[in-house]
Amino acid sequence: MKVLGVTLTLLLLTCAAYAIDTTEAFEDPEMQARYEKIIEEVRCLKCQNQTIKDSNAFLASDLRREIRRMLTEGMTDQQIFDFLVDRYGEFALYRPRASGKTLVLWIAPVVLLFGGALLLWRIVRQRMALPIDDESGEEA
Amino acid sequence: MSRFLLPLIAFAILIPIFVIGLGKDPSQLPSPLINKPAPQFELPSVTDPTKTVGSADFENQMAIVNVWATWCVGCRQEHGFLMRLSQSGTIPIYGLNWRDNLPEAQRFLQQLGNPFVDSAFDQDGRVGIDWGVYGAPETFLVGADGTVLFKQLGPLNQTLWEQNFVPLIEVARNKR
Repeated sequence: MKVLGVTLTLLLLTCAAYAIDTTEAFEDPEMQARYEKIIEEVRCLKCQNQTIKDSNAFLASDLRREIRRMLTEGMTDQQIFDFLVDRYGEFALYRPRASGKTLVLWIAPVVLLFGGALLLWRIVRQRMALPIDDESGEEA
Repeated sequence: MSRFLLPLIAFAILIPIFVIGLGKDPSQLPSPLINKPAPQFELPSVTDPTKTVGSADFENQMAIVNVWATWCVGCRQEHGFLMRLSQSGTIPIYGLNWRDNLPEAQRFLQQLGNPFVDSAFDQDGRVGIDWGVYGAPETFLVGADGTVLFKQLGPLNQTLWEQNFVPLIEVARNKR
């Protein structure tokens, strides 16, 4: 039983062996952190529901390579995101920018939340005004 | 009455949104390059790697830039059409051989015919990134002034050509 438990645990740990990005880390840990943050926010256009950090498509590895190059060239995060948006459009970013085109994405959740709350409040108020007639209500 | 009317109205609004949404292919992304200057490049030629091919070759003329690769199934599918298009002499076709292997690319052209004036060999995909390429085949229409007029995703055929390219080419030619 114990052997089985150990085997299963080890098997679960093998996920770590599937690391996608096999390139060497930057020497500067701050740079590495920036790099990892950026690749987590860029969509792989070929495999649309993955970030380029998660994807092993060659387009993703090309984009990771370009992002490394731009980082070593001293470009800011903003400049790197601009580079990607100029070529692939807003869709390349997992966190869309607040612009005219994406405005609805940003305001829809707020509108829906407050709209829902308002509706709920109105319904509750309406029902509160009704007489309590639990016993007879059950039969109907 | 309004108890039924309100959900009905909401339903009536939602259905067209869903129908439009479902009809769209999520893999067909709009290119931000449309009506912008085509990215410049200069790369070794596939047919003769000692020479270079680049955007300078189709300066001041309307041209097709077709992104292809030997590993790409859709490229084989559209190859027959590209051959016919190139034989018709309507417009020069330049190839961007994307993320490929040179001997294999050369063999591909020898075996299936070469519809391209020339193909640029983009081994590491850097030029592809500049053009916003995310999956071959992709076909760009570049105007004589060097602006990108249209981008076709996926294999090209006669129907798509007549639908998407011919009108734009005619408008551009009449303007001159």
